[in-house]
Amino acid sequence: MRRNRPGRHPFGLATITWLYVLWSLVPVLVAMRISFNSGKSRSAFQSMSWRWYFTDPAKSVWHDESLVQPLRNSIKLAVLSMLITTPIGVTMAIGLQRWRGRLSRASNALMLFPLVTPEIVMGVALFLVFSQVYTGVPRGFTTQLLGHITFSISYVVVIVRGRLAAIGPQYEEAARDLGASRLQAMRLVLLPLLGPAIFASLMVVFAGSIDDFVISSFLSTGASSETVPMKIYAAGRGTATPALNALATIMLVFTLAAVSLAAIVMRQMRLRQGGGEDAQLGSLAAVG
Amino acid sequence: MANAAGAAPGGHRNGFWGFLSLPGVAWLLALFVVPFYAIAAVAFGRVDPILRTADPVWSPWAWKFAPMSKVLDRVFGGDLGGVVVRTLEYVGVSLALCCLVGYPVAYYVARHASRWRGVLLAALVLPFWISYLMRMLAWVNLLQVDGYFNRVLGWLHLGGSRNWLDGDSPTVIIGLVYGYIPFFILPLYAALERLDSRLIEAGRDLGASPRRVFQRITLPLSIPGLMAASVITVLPMFGDYYTNTFLSSGSPRTAMVGNQIEFYLRGSSQPQVGASLVLVLSAMLLVLMTYYLVVTVRAQRAVAT
Repeated sequence: MRRNRPGRHPFGLATITWLYVLWSLVPVLVAMRISFNSGKSRSAFQSMSWRWYFTDPAKSVWHDESLVQPLRNSIKLAVLSMLITTPIGVTMAIGLQRWRGRLSRASNALMLFPLVTPEIVMGVALFLVFSQVYTGVPRGFTTQLLGHITFSISYVVVIVRGRLAAIGPQYEEAARDLGASRLQAMRLVLLPLLGPAIFASLMVVFAGSIDDFVISSFLSTGASSETVPMKIYAAGRGTATPALNALATIMLVFTLAAVSLAAIVMRQMRLRQGGGEDAQLGSLAAVG
Repeated sequence: MANAAGAAPGGHRNGFWGFLSLPGVAWLLALFVVPFYAIAAVAFGRVDPILRTADPVWSPWAWKFAPMSKVLDRVFGGDLGGVVVRTLEYVGVSLALCCLVGYPVAYYVARHASRWRGVLLAALVLPFWISYLMRMLAWVNLLQVDGYFNRVLGWLHLGGSRNWLDGDSPTVIIGLVYGYIPFFILPLYAALERLDSRLIEAGRDLGASPRRVFQRITLPLSIPGLMAASVITVLPMFGDYYTNTFLSSGSPRTAMVGNQIEFYLRGSSQPQVGASLVLVLSAMLLVLMTYYLVVTVRAQRAVAT
């Protein structure tokens, strides 16, 4: 489609690309395979078993409370972050897209800042603010949730603004001309048009929260607020069993299932509405 | 401006749009701006003489700058200098490797991979959905003394009994590249994909060799994308403290600035030193952050008008 000259395929580049793809995915596949190891080793595979998932009566993910608790915490955090961040981000995006003036520009810059702030800076900032200023907020899960929402808002705003720019004002104007109030036009015209972007936001916030290590770790109070990445970090260096790999694999399956579901729903929505491939790429790039 | 992208014509509506942004703005003020100010209040504040805990000072007029200058002395020429230099080295080498591997990959997928493009694109995006620490855990598994990496080396008669996870700089650098290269490739891919192929065709039609076309057209036009991709990769690398800890058993031989920050804030009870280091790091990264923000705001305007 975009080849410079047909018939001249750059085999060198193709080789580098496929080698990169192999290199980027094979280690993870190996780690997933080790989760099915029948033995205790995390470096050599013996034979296939579900031991570290269910069958081991004490050390499998199913039976080991110290592995189930992080899984529960991570999923709870991700779902709540997703549900709270998305409405805040969507209204903020609509507002910022149309609000004019100096305050609006300042708010826009403020919104972009979390995207470029290294996580450790944000982690330290939140750690200090919760220990020095907002001391009434219960430490642990609640502060972690507030932290996750804080770093997720900007992703939602960027994704939704991309879609808003693509939609343009004309649909809403038409609705207003036909007698809809401003709120009706937003609810009945704009929000459905924003559907794919809202879905992409939910997905990105979920994945960002479930993957987060630094913020969760700085705001944790110990085992009761441990998340899966924290568990991997704490146990991965020591003499953990393949149950840790099983835990990581379960997480991966959860995330990929959520993302695939969202991708299918978005595709359906887009087929009904047409257009907007840029918004999709934008939403994927925004994760970074 | 021709009423771009939903600009409200009447001034009375402007307040409504401001009102819609309010929850988000208020949230970020309370949980982004105030916390950042708290770092300064701790760094320039007092330390409780008995408990050694931070006693933040909120008024900038009462700030004390002596602790900060002590930290600065330690960073520039003192005992923290080595860590800063090592951080710069790790990030520099990792970025160079990201360019070396990432540019050809992004270029190939954007401009040449016709039939396999969808598959390759999915493969480039996939790492985003795999937990960062799961990906590091994968390397910890591979690099064990009796792990697959050493077994392959032994099989090739290249040794194979080395402990790679004991404070090796190359291991940490490979880990950083492995962790962050997806953040590099995707924005670069987007930039290369948007590149106007008519310019390339014109160059070819006027008789330039493919190599010359790349040097004179593609590469210069992709510089902004390359810069943006580099900044977005380098910023989190500078604040990283878990990749090296995880891949080198916390060896001080591979410690970076982030490790020191984490140590002073949580390991030892010297929050003031930790907070000062965060400010030093932020100041060092401010140029990069501003660059990215300016580029993003310009791109927003270009879309909006």
